[in-house]
Amino acid sequence: MGDWIGDLTEKKGVRPLLGMTGIYKHFPGVKALNGVNFRLFPGEVHALMGENGAGKSTLIKVLTGVYSIDRGSVELDGRQVAIHSPRQAQEAGISTVYQEVNLCPNLTVAENIFIGREPRAFGRIRWKEMNRRAERLLRERLQLEIDVSRPLADYSVAVQQLVAIARALNISAKVLILDEPTSSLDRGEVGQLFAVMRKLKEEGLAILFVTHFLDQVYDISDRITILRGGEFVGEYEAASLPRIELVSKMIGKEMEALEERPKTAGSARGPRELLLEASGLARQGAIEPFDLRIGKGEVVSLAGLLGSGRTELARLLFGADRSDQGKLRLGDSPGTIHSPRQAIDEGLAFCPENRKTEGIVDDLSVRENILLAMQATRGWLRMIPRRKQEELADEYIKALNINPPNPEQLVKNLSGGNQQKVLLARWLLTRPKLLILDEPTRGIDIGAKAEIQKLVLKLAGEGMAVLFISSELEEVVRVSDRIVVLRDRKVVKEMIEDDIGQQQVMRAIAGG
Amino acid sequence: MLLNRKYLPIAVTVFLFALMFLAGAFRYTGFFSLQVFFNLLIDNAFLLIVAVGMTFVIVSGGIDLSVGSMIALTTMISASLVQEQGWPPAVVIPLVLVLGTLFGWGMGAVIHYFKIQPFIVTLAGMFLARGLCYVISINTITIDHPFYQKMAQTKVSLPGGSFVSISVLIALVVVAAGVYVAHYTRLGRNVYALGGSEQSALLMGLPVARTKIAVYAISGFCSALAGVVFTFYMLSGYGLHAMGLELDTIASVVIGGTLLTGGVGYVAGTFFGVLIQGVIQTIISFEGTLSSWWTKIVIGLLLFLFILFQRLLLVRPAARKL
Repeated sequence: MGDWIGDLTEKKGVRPLLGMTGIYKHFPGVKALNGVNFRLFPGEVHALMGENGAGKSTLIKVLTGVYSIDRGSVELDGRQVAIHSPRQAQEAGISTVYQEVNLCPNLTVAENIFIGREPRAFGRIRWKEMNRRAERLLRERLQLEIDVSRPLADYSVAVQQLVAIARALNISAKVLILDEPTSSLDRGEVGQLFAVMRKLKEEGLAILFVTHFLDQVYDISDRITILRGGEFVGEYEAASLPRIELVSKMIGKEMEALEERPKTAGSARGPRELLLEASGLARQGAIEPFDLRIGKGEVVSLAGLLGSGRTELARLLFGADRSDQGKLRLGDSPGTIHSPRQAIDEGLAFCPENRKTEGIVDDLSVRENILLAMQATRGWLRMIPRRKQEELADEYIKALNINPPNPEQLVKNLSGGNQQKVLLARWLLTRPKLLILDEPTRGIDIGAKAEIQKLVLKLAGEGMAVLFISSELEEVVRVSDRIVVLRDRKVVKEMIEDDIGQQQVMRAIAGG
Repeated sequence: MLLNRKYLPIAVTVFLFALMFLAGAFRYTGFFSLQVFFNLLIDNAFLLIVAVGMTFVIVSGGIDLSVGSMIALTTMISASLVQEQGWPPAVVIPLVLVLGTLFGWGMGAVIHYFKIQPFIVTLAGMFLARGLCYVISINTITIDHPFYQKMAQTKVSLPGGSFVSISVLIALVVVAAGVYVAHYTRLGRNVYALGGSEQSALLMGLPVARTKIAVYAISGFCSALAGVVFTFYMLSGYGLHAMGLELDTIASVVIGGTLLTGGVGYVAGTFFGVLIQGVIQTIISFEGTLSSWWTKIVIGLLLFLFILFQRLLLVRPAARKL
């Protein structure tokens, strides 16, 4: 349980518009929400913060009627309500604008605002009236002057977001939920959106704002509620919550309680042979220009909150996304990497974050999964002989301690940790010079975590370079020679061995 | 831009029809007359009716393969009841219309509630309806009831000495009703929303279930009505009537500028899509030496061109946003 009493902010004389108390929502095997509280006052922007799995999206889905709660109470305007469907939520005055704009791109702007509630006369839709109203709504409340009779698809995502907000406002929303609205907007567009949010706030709307960008949280929000692992951590005034504290509450380490762990990484191995060098590499909307050098046998970690650009950076290095400026050099080869295929040829390997959807092939056996990448580099015409396949699979099952040690077991029957090892084995088999691991330890148990960490260090000891991405500071600090800290899609700091400590890293993540 | 991009496909269709008609007029004497134009309508009235229903289905993002069989079944039921059982047409015609609507409604319900692809459900409906024809009879049943005779032979005179059939009037009413429903009613706009993004339609609180089922019910009604008109045209019921008509219908709708991916299309476009099919047939019959298979060849080529053209239209907006 969180410290509801202690960390609750006072707002004298104002009744919350929305009050959620002691909300529980369990899914099989997961306590998604465990006694969460949330209050929203009229005329405020309230940021809901938390790392992956904190329960933010579950809470929003509860509010919008997609999920129903197991226990707890939801009060709107002082009255107890039960929300069972998105439609019901809208009728109650709760509107949501999602990250992916949920409108119909083929319909006109005006229709997207009014569909379902078109002005009609004797059942006939009055188009002119509808267009006029849409124009007025956009102009007066959102300062947006566009041709409302054009299809929505003609406009940028930023405008589409505003149209989605206009639709929400038109349903006479009292509560507006903005779920990561800024993740695909550029700086100017974010400014435009924030101007609109400030205006709506003054008009008395209660806005729930979810974002991963710390700067934006402090820019726009009045109060902050933090969730962690489905638990309520606290509710704070944004102005009186230092960044560093916000981050430590999200990550779940109190500053004082951070103890320095003995480093297991090998200490100074002298100057290393340069393996990869990125200079000014960038991709618009994904990550701002950064420099990065990785040497042989080095473990470099990317630290930062979810959405800070860690995965985006790694994808650029691997050629999974095209960079739009800067240079990337690999060893002696001068060229830039354009495709994952080329990256693999150059000795890169990439274990993606989401092993379920981007890595593991559920219905193939452990052996087949392990051999997938190696076979791909050889081309499908040169089949690896079955005997050889079995030898290799056995070797890696033993080396990585994959359990059960049966190469013919279907991968879907393995635990998360063992699936991760199978994925690792797949890439190790290609003998990469640089291994990129994106959240290799997420969702696996502690024992398996430790094994994977040990393995990373062992591989580095053998001369392989590893780019390690993790949300867990402790793990990052333990395995890295060097830590690159990202915030809001920017590389903000690079830390080398001596000044690596959880406190310092956290401070860098939080920024000033 | 001079023309709103969303009207471009339909503009191309209208232009193409005009071009083909003029080409025929230059090449063949006697081609350029109102009556030739009206004959297009007379010969394709049933196709026009069924294509209006299909337009709704395709705009909603679905497909209905059962329409051809439904026409055959309607001719069969009508012929059997009128000719063999002696029922009055005033009972038989409303009955088949209700049956067709229910048939479509049922398919729509299966598609929505069991979340099965429309392709496979309506394929099943196609076989079912076609099979039921032969349960009634494996032979042609000729109709000589005076009402049907009258409907078949009545010529509605128009100024200038030309004429149309009653079926044409029915078809034009259906087209007009289709245009109205599509653009001026909530049901129509919900169909477009559904075709644009079902997920969004759901989150916007639109009645997705009702709309989806209604679309197939409309198509069922239209195919039954087309069946009635087809009965007037052929004066018989037969299990082999309207073989493969569902494909001609889909071709007309697509040539009329409706996107197979859903969300974009016009009933008026479909009207011209059907006329293009008709004008190709007419040109070939005027030519005299060409086999009727040339119709299929030209339709095939046109379909290819239209699909490519639509793809280009879809790709372009991604490149430039306001």
